Amino acid sequence: MKRRKFDVAAVPGKAAGGVDDRFQVATPLRKLLNKVFPDHWSFLLGEIALFSFVVLLLTGVFLTFFYEPAMTEVVYNGSYAPLRGTPMSAAYASSLDISFDVRGGLIMRQMHHWSALLFMAAIVVHMMRVFFTGAFRKPRETNWIIGSLLFWVGFLAGFTGYSLPDDGLSGTGLRIASGIMLSIPVIGSWVTSSVFGGEFPGEIIISRFFIAHVLLIPGLLVALISAHLGLVFKQKHTQWPGPGRTNENVVGERMFPRYALKQGGFFMVVFGVIALMGGLFQINPIWYFGPYEAWVVSAASQPDWYVMFLDGSTRLMPAWEINIPIGNGYVIPPLFWPTVVLPGILVGLSTLYPFVEARQLKDYRHHNLLQRPRDVPARTAVGAMAVAFYIVLTLSGANDVIADKFHISLNAMTWAGRIGLLFIPPLAYYVTYRICLGLQQHDREVLAHGVETGIIRRLPDGRFEEVHQPLSAGDGHGHGELDYVGWVVPKKMNRLGALGPAIRGFFYPIEKPVEAPVSPGHPPVEPRPEREEIGSGDSRR
Amino acid sequence: MSTKTEQHAPQDREPLDIHDPRLSRFDIVTEGARRDDIEIVHYEEQVVPGSKAERRLTRTVAAMFLLTGLAATAFLVVYIWWPWEYEPGRGGDKWYTPLLGLTLGIALLGIGFGILTWGKKLLPKEVSIQDRHDGPGSAEDRKITGETMLYLADEMGVRRRPLLGVSLVAGLLPVGAVAAAPLVGGLISNPHKNNQMFTTGFAPQDGKKIRLVREDGRPIRPADVSAGGQLTVFPGIEHGVSNKHADSPTLLIHLRETDAEKSRQANSRVGHGDYMWGNYAAYSKICTHAGCPASLYEQQTNRLLCPCHQSQFLITDNARPVFGPASRRLPQLPIEVDEDGFFVAKSDYTETVGPDFWERP
Repeated sequence: MKRRKFDVAAVPGKAAGGVDDRFQVATPLRKLLNKVFPDHWSFLLGEIALFSFVVLLLTGVFLTFFYEPAMTEVVYNGSYAPLRGTPMSAAYASSLDISFDVRGGLIMRQMHHWSALLFMAAIVVHMMRVFFTGAFRKPRETNWIIGSLLFWVGFLAGFTGYSLPDDGLSGTGLRIASGIMLSIPVIGSWVTSSVFGGEFPGEIIISRFFIAHVLLIPGLLVALISAHLGLVFKQKHTQWPGPGRTNENVVGERMFPRYALKQGGFFMVVFGVIALMGGLFQINPIWYFGPYEAWVVSAASQPDWYVMFLDGSTRLMPAWEINIPIGNGYVIPPLFWPTVVLPGILVGLSTLYPFVEARQLKDYRHHNLLQRPRDVPARTAVGAMAVAFYIVLTLSGANDVIADKFHISLNAMTWAGRIGLLFIPPLAYYVTYRICLGLQQHDREVLAHGVETGIIRRLPDGRFEEVHQPLSAGDGHGHGELDYVGWVVPKKMNRLGALGPAIRGFFYPIEKPVEAPVSPGHPPVEPRPEREEIGSGDSRR
Repeated sequence: MSTKTEQHAPQDREPLDIHDPRLSRFDIVTEGARRDDIEIVHYEEQVVPGSKAERRLTRTVAAMFLLTGLAATAFLVVYIWWPWEYEPGRGGDKWYTPLLGLTLGIALLGIGFGILTWGKKLLPKEVSIQDRHDGPGSAEDRKITGETMLYLADEMGVRRRPLLGVSLVAGLLPVGAVAAAPLVGGLISNPHKNNQMFTTGFAPQDGKKIRLVREDGRPIRPADVSAGGQLTVFPGIEHGVSNKHADSPTLLIHLRETDAEKSRQANSRVGHGDYMWGNYAAYSKICTHAGCPASLYEQQTNRLLCPCHQSQFLITDNARPVFGPASRRLPQLPIEVDEDGFFVAKSDYTETVGPDFWERP
């Protein structure tokens, strides 16, 4: 039999051919490899959320191997001596075991917690980016809604997650959650009793939260994130205005190889930062809090940062109880408004905003170009108002700590929060609106009169004036004819290339620029002669 | 340095023959991009091949990758050989997690920045322009799809045979309920079973009054609490101290003479004249706002503060809320001393303990 020669070099080609024969992937794969993505640092914020979610899944799976979601009472007998012999729930005991008796368990737990905080933070910052640049406008309203839902589902994921260790702090959080459910009119007691399987705390809530936290909520998150990314892919990313960029095109890089490489590198960096935080920065040291006991609490019991605004709204709420004098009398407790009604309003406002704005402006066109926040003062100011509202509430969520550390009366802090919540957001609106108008005006000024050179000239009649470098040939009277195009206007001479090219390299130049003089006594780089006199254009006449 | 900058090609150009042997691989890439409505308008090498800059960047990237290998090895070494088991004190085990984080972090950052440098500095820069095609589908396609769907409805004939539609909806509604029933039915739990929302562990059992006990189960004599002092007490029943009776923790306060007088007067104003025993008063520790234990007692002002949302209750005025979001006073437990000289609850709380809810009378 003739031995056939095996051609190694032909293997990839043959394999690829075989795959395409069966699945017809050549054309779609080419389209995928070629897909163009616009690039800007602000487009990476959402990626941080995505990458932290991947880390959450990885570390979370590890934790489930050791965590026991049960409220059965056990006596702790693990390595952590101060708690040995203490009766506690199996959930808390296994959380302690993860921290002390599973090799590398603590870093996994801490990475899980840090990436959860980072996930929520990245969502919020990404949401702000999308809001302030108008990326939510038609055709992307659906993705905006999915994004806002992701915040709330992430919120639930976080809450169910930090309730699981069943330590003193998380039990207090659960207790408040049961109080919030109880406050719902008409059905409150039934909801609470059904969720907790009887009176608080019952014996089932941890296992229910566990299945919600490891299956239902992550499933929902994965589904929403897939839809979110799918829509970004389908509708193509928005881009900033600039040379050659229109509403009908995407200017950027093809996905492979450079863009994909950068994404991969960025994932590793996010992962690395989370690993550093998980190892070096302690978070939620549950062994200090002890098991949950209904009668123990300490001051400064704060939830994770993204829940603090609700804690703040609860603290600021005046004690307004509504009594309905029918029969034995019915009550709507004050807890209901800041913890159930307020989040409801926030969900509604945030999801509906794109439609409200489109209606307000009667703007139903497609928008693929982003807007600079200054160019839409009303929207930017509304956003600033929302941020101010959120910050006042979040600070109020820690008002006892602030009062303690800065020696301020606690009651004064509460009142400051109540008054601040009413007055700071409108103030933020006004100030932001004015800043936007000022920035707009300055852009126009530079386009009309040119860049300030810093050169002061004395005129024959004794007046002083600053020389401006016009940005265009102009009309001969020092006025340019440039229109504002919605993108950065250069405002400094070095943005116009008036200084030498940037030197490459970190501490010393990698390569000396070709045109630089090499003779000693000269700096390696200096402006080219013809550029030297830019900015005092009149003197050459 | 090869720089390619081209004008946008006209749309109606002829497709290139990609089998032409004179074409470079990049030409084929460009042609493929064009077929996807992508024009590579600018393509520029960032480093001159063989230049010092290229060698330097290559070395940098390689160094980062090797650093990753080193850090990952260090991680494994620490993971396997570093003493990790918890010891009290400042042992080496306290460095276990930080060292793992440090080595893992450096390993991941090394590979991350290595890839980033490779991608950003060594690969050619490009500017490509792709058409969006995000307008609506053609009017014709829209019409065809619309008509197809309407025809679908025609075929079903729901309009001509309305009974079908009505009966289908009528038939499906209970099916939806069937899906929901086990979930709702399984989870639902009557909050008023055994009157549980209105009773605590202090409810007398078989006519026997319940003792107030400490955390460790020992009963309390009046002399155990000095004037101005306070103590958290529990019902002296089985599991009385545990979370099974999460609404029972109670604060027993020994008021000073003048405060006690004020408190007694306030008591009698609301018909609780006999709730105190001597200068001792007992109030529920469970905040009426959200259920946290209101546990910070300020001796001088007789205020009780809940650390969760800062509700403040004035003990000498029937624990009336004087600041913060709580709207209802803390329930008072009527107490006395039994024949053995220990505190007992005369009866259960006469007001509802814990956070407020709709049907609280």
